[in-house]
Order: sequence, then C-alpha cells, then structure tokens
Amino acid sequence: MLEAVFYVFAAVAVVTASMCILSRSAMSAVLWLTATMLSLAALYVLLSAEFIAAIQVLVYAGAVMVLFLFVVMLLNLGQATTDMRGPAALATTIVIAGLLAIQLFALWSYTPARLASEVAQAPQLSDPATLFAAGQIARDEAVSRGVVGAVAVPLFQVYLVPFEITSVLLLAAIVGAVVLAKRRL
Amino acid sequence: MTPELKGYLLLSIIKMLVVFTIIMIGVALLTLMERKVSAWMQNRHGPNRVGWAGLLQPAADGVKNILKEETLPALSNRWLFTIAPALSFIPALLLSAVIPFAAPLPVNFDFTLGPLGRFVHQGPMPMVVADLPVGFLFVLAISSLGVYGIALAGWSSNSKYALLGGLRASAQMISYEVAMGLSLIPVLLMSGDVSFSAIVAHQQASIWYVMPLFISFFVFTIAGFAETNRLPFDMPEAESELITGYHTEYSAMKFSFFFIAEYANVVTVCAMITTLFFGGWDIPFTDWDRSGGLLPTLATWLFFFLKVMFWIFVVMWIRWTLPRFRYDQLMALGWKVMMPLALVYIMVMCTAIYLVERVAGVTDPVIGSLILFALNIGIALLVFGVLDSGVFIRGSGTRQREVLTRGARAATAG
Repeated sequence: MLEAVFYVFAAVAVVTASMCILSRSAMSAVLWLTATMLSLAALYVLLSAEFIAAIQVLVYAGAVMVLFLFVVMLLNLGQATTDMRGPAALATTIVIAGLLAIQLFALWSYTPARLASEVAQAPQLSDPATLFAAGQIARDEAVSRGVVGAVAVPLFQVYLVPFEITSVLLLAAIVGAVVLAKRRL
Repeated sequence: MTPELKGYLLLSIIKMLVVFTIIMIGVALLTLMERKVSAWMQNRHGPNRVGWAGLLQPAADGVKNILKEETLPALSNRWLFTIAPALSFIPALLLSAVIPFAAPLPVNFDFTLGPLGRFVHQGPMPMVVADLPVGFLFVLAISSLGVYGIALAGWSSNSKYALLGGLRASAQMISYEVAMGLSLIPVLLMSGDVSFSAIVAHQQASIWYVMPLFISFFVFTIAGFAETNRLPFDMPEAESELITGYHTEYSAMKFSFFFIAEYANVVTVCAMITTLFFGGWDIPFTDWDRSGGLLPTLATWLFFFLKVMFWIFVVMWIRWTLPRFRYDQLMALGWKVMMPLALVYIMVMCTAIYLVERVAGVTDPVIGSLILFALNIGIALLVFGVLDSGVFIRGSGTRQREVLTRGARAATAG
C-alpha cells in the first residue's frame, strides 16, 4: 500500500519535472516546478520526515516559487523562442543522458541491505548522547516533544557550529543582495 | 486490511463528510451573516425577502450564480483561468481537516457489513479529521499555497486591474506570512509541540495562551486578517482603485468560488485563533470536559463553535468599521512593525520562559503562565502605550479632536 503511494507520487514528480523543462512558457514552467515540490513533500511524508515535508511546502512551494511567479508575472515573458536543435545540441544531450544513465545504473546495485550494513558500521559521531554530559536525557526529552524536537536536537547541539556558520553566510548573502539592489543607501 | 484499519477508515470518511458539509453550509450562511452584520451596523435591514428573515438568501445566490453565463476574457490563458478558482478553494478547505473541534469521543463498535467484512474500533476517537504531528506548520504551509489561486487568477485574466490585484495579493501574503510564522514561535516555546491536540492539552493544564502570549496573539490576528485579504487589508480587491482586483474578469460560479475560499479562510483563521490562544474546545474552570463521553463532546463542540463565531463576528465588525489601509502603509506595517515586534517578542519570551522554568524552578504550569501573564501586561503597556505613542493605535476621540483642530485651523487661515 505504501509502495503504491510512493510510486504515484514519484511518477507525478518525474512527469511534472519533465513538463517544467519541456514547457515553452515561463509561467507554466514555474507551475510545473511547484507541482514537483509538492510531490517531493509527499515523498518526505512517506519517509516519516513530516517536519521536512511541512518546511518543503512552506519554503519552496509557498515562498520561493511564489517569488519566481512574481518575477515572471512582472517581466511578462513570452514563449521561449530559442530552439536547441542541431548536431551540437544533440551530441550534448546524448553525453549528459549517458552520464546520468551510468550513474543510475551504479545506484541500482545499492540495495537496502548494503545501506543497512554501511549505516551499522559507520561511527556514530553525531549522537548527542556520546558528546554531552546529560546528552541522552536532553535527546530523549526533545524527541518525545514530537517532530520538531527530532530536528532541533541535532541542529542546535551537535551541528551548532555549522549551523551558525551557515547563518552568517546567509546574512552575508542578504547584505550583498541589499547592496546590489539599492545602489544609493 | 485488518478490521481495525477498516474501522479507522470508516470513521475518517464519516468525519471528512461531516466536516466538509459543515464548512460548505457554514460558508454559505457566513455570506448571509456578513450582509446581516453590515446591515445592522449601517442601520438597515439587510436581505430579508427569501425565506424566513432571509435565511434562504445564500441558496438563491447559489442558484443565480450557477445559472449565470460563464465568460472568458479575450486573450486570457484558458487553462489557468479555469483552475485558478479551484487553486484558491482547495487550500482553504484542506485546512479545516486539521483543527480539533471537540473533546475526543469514545467510540466502540464491532460489526460485520456483508462483503466489506468486519469493522472494529475501540477507545476515544479524536474529533479532528487528521491529527497531524506537524500541526500548525501544516496550516502555515497550506495557507501559503492559497496565494497561487489569487496570483494566477490575476495573471491569466489578461486585464490590468486583475494583474495589479494578483501582484498585490502575492506581495501582501508573502510579507504577512513571515510575521505570522514568527508570532507562532512563542506558542511552540510554551507548549513544546506543534500539534494542535498537544497545544490544546497544554492550555487546559495551564491557562489560555492569550494571557501569557498576548503580543503573539496580537501579531497573529493582524497577520491573519492580511492573509485572508479582509478589510482593513483587502488591497488585492480594493474596489475603489482596482474594480475588484483579481476576480474582476470572473463571472458565475467561478466568481463565487473565490468567495467560498475567502470565507473558508476566515473560518480557518478564526479556528486557529481559538485553538492557539483561546484554549480550543476547552471549557474554562472545569475538568468535566475531559471526562469523556457524549455529553462533554457535545458541550465542548458547542463551546468551540461559540468561540469561533465570536471571532468571525469580530472579523466582520472590523470589516465594517475600519477604512482600508494604503498599500505602502500595509507593507510598512508588515515589515517594519509586525516583523520586528514578533522577533523581539520571541527573544523576550525565550528569556522569560527560561528564567521562570529553569532559574526560578517554577514547575506548576498555572503559576508559571501567570508570571508570564504579568510580564505580558507590562510588555503590552510598553508596546501600545509608549512605543506606539499614537502612531497606529489611537482612540477615535483623539482622531476626532485632531480633525476638529485641523478644521478650525483651516477655518481661521481661510
């Protein structure tokens, strides 16, 4: 039953993603991409990552894609006129498709049993229970607090330094965007 | 399928049908209520010809809208023009699935239904279609999708008024989503969980969150008005400048779909305010509502209904009282007032909750919440009395005095 649901949403994701590339109007490309984002969120729910699914819809489908839509509406783009045909484009397509096919074929051998054995052998460095005094108690308490706690504990305990570095990077990006957009501050 | 799963599915389907029917009929009656409330405020009678006291007016409107001609503007995008009403309508309806509307009802049955087999259900049934673990995050996520319907309706109509309305709607809804999301972080800090049932349970154990989290409630309510495009924030419609904005080109049933979506959104926002800040289906000062059984379920359902109706009335009251904001004022309020206020409030409440729970070691949730309530009275006085100092919130008396002095000055100058 779960597998059938997975295949439905996976098929929707693949079809909408190809429609996003194939459609000639920028507006419908944005809308197909939004549909891809939504079906990806459904796949996250199937992986029991409800929080990530909610954030996927909230941030990607609800905010980023709306901004895309906004820009496309303001620019009033017409149909795409450049045509990617001819021998050079065909050769590039074949090379890229071949590379992707090889990668997918390599992934095919990656069975669930192999994944499980690799996870079992990997050192559990990221476990707060081994890193902090009373880490086990804090983890149990937070995980019992539902879907958010399960994300918050690793983010704000084990990976606190990378998290803070990322936020500094994002802050720099925001400042840069403001400087670029507003020449006269 | 196991008999338990079948019993669960049966109950879920019944709940879906009941909630869907209640929302659709309720939305139809809300259009009547809006007209009655506006008439009452403007000293008129309102619709009173169809049915007893106009009760059948929504049905008459529905029949009229179905029978009217469907128009399609020239050079419009036919596909998007057709699906835009559905895109604004579906998110609005989806949201009604996650809000708990009464105390859990114990349902026990075990029967066999012909070829369908055996159905079994034991224990309490939560009175919500889907008690999601992601709770209000789901509501924020789905309500952020509502903007697609409006933006696409504006774009696909191929009309400048509709396009301007759609653009305003997208900008406004994105802006206020930020404040809305930030205003809910203190709720998460208090309850420790995002799911609605946990939030209601925590409010029953302590006090309603409107008291210890007053600024959150304030910001959430304002953002909720902006999200549903209701006056004083109905920029996307703005009859006086944009005809009716994004649905200018729509006619017949497609037009009424936008109205159904708007009222369904109003119901959702009011139910959210009730659940997050006014205890949900909780009946105050008693534990009887949690005892389980048919009577407590019905009583809590009635209480929830009354609280939501009160907030719907407040929404209509504000619509027929306040004038519309100017567009730049709206954006300034969202980005320069609501967002910083919500951010500072998160910091203050983080510190306060840490001090109360960890440093002072208050374990009783009621006493802890009351301490935070006292703190919030101070914060509210500071925000509305000192920081605001007559910029946004002024009594009508002050405004009237100002108009009078200005008038007198103009008279002496003239």
